[in-house]
Amino acid sequence: MTAIPLFHVLVLSSLLFTIGFTGVVARKNTLFILMSLEVMLNAVGVAFIGAGSAWQQADGQVMFILILTLAAAEVAVGLALLIRMQKKYRSLDIDLLNKMKG
Amino acid sequence: MLLASLPFYPLISFILLIVFAKRLSWHVASFISVGAMAIAALVSMRLVLELSAMPDSVMTANLWHWFNLVTKQGSSDVNMSFYLDGLSAVMICVVTGIGFLIHLFAAAYMKDDANFTRFMAYMNLFIVAMLVLVLADNLVLLYLGWEGVGLCSFLLIGFWYHEKANVLAARKAFIVTRIGDTSMAIGLLLLFNSFGQLNIEALSSLLQQIGSSGTGFSTEQLNDIYWIALLLLGGAVGKSAQLPLQTWLPDAMAGPTPVSALIHAATMVTAGVYLIARMHHLFMFSPEVMTYVAWLGAITLLLAGFAALAQTDIKRVLAYSTMSQIGYMMLALGAGAWSAGVFHLMTHAFFKALLFLTAGAVILALHHQQDLFKMGGLLKKLPVESALFVVGLVCLMALPGTSGFFSKEAIIAQLWSSNTAGPALWWCAIIGAFITSIYSCRLFFLAFLGNKRYRTGLVVEKANLMRSALVVLAMLSLFGGLISLDLSQVFQSARASISFENEPSWLHSVAIATPFFGILFAWYYFKNYRLTKGQDDYVLSASTHSFAVFCRNGLGFDSLYKRLFILPYTWLAKLNRNDIVDKTLMSSAWYIGLWHDVMTMIQNGSLRWYLAAFGLSILVLVGVTIL
Repeated sequence: MTAIPLFHVLVLSSLLFTIGFTGVVARKNTLFILMSLEVMLNAVGVAFIGAGSAWQQADGQVMFILILTLAAAEVAVGLALLIRMQKKYRSLDIDLLNKMKG
Repeated sequence: MLLASLPFYPLISFILLIVFAKRLSWHVASFISVGAMAIAALVSMRLVLELSAMPDSVMTANLWHWFNLVTKQGSSDVNMSFYLDGLSAVMICVVTGIGFLIHLFAAAYMKDDANFTRFMAYMNLFIVAMLVLVLADNLVLLYLGWEGVGLCSFLLIGFWYHEKANVLAARKAFIVTRIGDTSMAIGLLLLFNSFGQLNIEALSSLLQQIGSSGTGFSTEQLNDIYWIALLLLGGAVGKSAQLPLQTWLPDAMAGPTPVSALIHAATMVTAGVYLIARMHHLFMFSPEVMTYVAWLGAITLLLAGFAALAQTDIKRVLAYSTMSQIGYMMLALGAGAWSAGVFHLMTHAFFKALLFLTAGAVILALHHQQDLFKMGGLLKKLPVESALFVVGLVCLMALPGTSGFFSKEAIIAQLWSSNTAGPALWWCAIIGAFITSIYSCRLFFLAFLGNKRYRTGLVVEKANLMRSALVVLAMLSLFGGLISLDLSQVFQSARASISFENEPSWLHSVAIATPFFGILFAWYYFKNYRLTKGQDDYVLSASTHSFAVFCRNGLGFDSLYKRLFILPYTWLAKLNRNDIVDKTLMSSAWYIGLWHDVMTMIQNGSLRWYLAAFGLSILVLVGVTIL
């Protein structure tokens, strides 16, 4: 089994991160924004795993499990907020939430 | 202490009047203001009595420490403290004594004015400022009083501010005297810079000490003294309405008549004379400036005399005659006849206050008619006022026996042999006296003799308050010359050795006879002013000869200044209508406003925009770190 070089892992991770970020910025639907956020978190996770395997350390995987837990908690809260938003505005358009401007 | 309390009587009255204003009835308001002045006058008398008992004729009172000035030569305390010697004693007597009589008159004169309390309050404040001016023991305090009288003058000239002309006159007086004040302020700074001292006493002893020491003054110091004296003279010229800053005084007659009497005849305009007399130690060491003072006085007294000859307004005649009489005082100071100058200041205060107040009574009787050519024949209708006016005019002409005679002769007698004056100035003074008696006669003929030329009936007021003040002033004018003024202690250092040996013997007789020649000349020259013509609707009009008009307009100084200063200034102001400096300053405000707009635009509340900005800035940060 040939080891995947760290560089490739990082490129993949960056790509995923950029895709996720673009999704967050470009999407109007809050559900999709949450999904894009998940992509970004996973991109970071990939980077951790890659780094952990490259240096033969367990820390990378420990970190990934922490990120997963965080993502689960965040999704729980995020979905709860989505339900509230749907009830209040009958829509999931993020641009409706612009009341806090200067 | 009595001395320290002196300015506080009018001050308390001022505060009471200004606080309670229109809630006070005429009786209460006039009781407070006139009463305060009466107390101040009594206190001044008492102080003078105490002063004469003092061995060195000096009293001081220290109220509080004001501030401290530090220079390379050491430090100098500037205190709120008063200094009373012979000179300031004369001044406080004039200020409070004449001030009291004028307040008494004003209480009756201004009785029907809606703003009576405000008027009396300003008058009181003026007395406060004047007392501070004459009692100050240092030049900073003197300057405070100096500016104070300027302020009160402004307030009182513009007292009837509903008329634009009055406001303009007030503004003119303020600005023109401010020019002199600026020069004086620079003089004070220069003085402090070169001698490190602003206390008048200490300064005079310092000057004496340097002057009498073996080395004397260095050239640099003499140069400094020259400039200081010249700049102080500038201040005096502004306040005392001398050439070239005299234009404000005739216009200042826009104020109520008691103001003209109090400020523009008896007290404020003499502040300049007082300043020079007070700083005589300094002026003594600069004979050139003394000569300038004498010449300025002489030219002013002649020009003002010519201007007075052609006026049609009774108050303006008196205003020009004030300028001319102050010219005499300046001439005396310039010639080194210090006590004669101060003596003339005192007697002039008596008779000019009398003249102004009597003129005020006449004006009041004629329903505020001030035009001489619409008076006439008042001698029979207003016998008391006429008699009082004659007393004033006789003193002004300096006929023998009156107070004006003693003081004016004292001045003229010292001119011929003075080191800083001379025969030329003596002749100026004689011609001035000649003109004085001509315009006095003209004034009397026009107002009191000849045909009745007014249309309305007379309001003959039986105001005893006014009459009593006038009678006291008339007594003072007639017999004030007998007051022996001993200022030798103040001016002891100044007693220069004048030898009267080379004088021709006819000097005194000429000086005494001149006013009579003037009367004789006027008697024939102004014949048609004095004779009663047959027809009843006889109309007399002022001469329209171009020279007479030129004199009437103050010898063209107003238009000259308008050409020289006002028009270029307004031209510049118009040119810079969109104020460049202001625009430059406002650009910073515009810049801040711009950023305000940008910042509010950024806070648009859109989450995705924030996020995008966030991501972009991280990119930039990382990029900058890597590169």
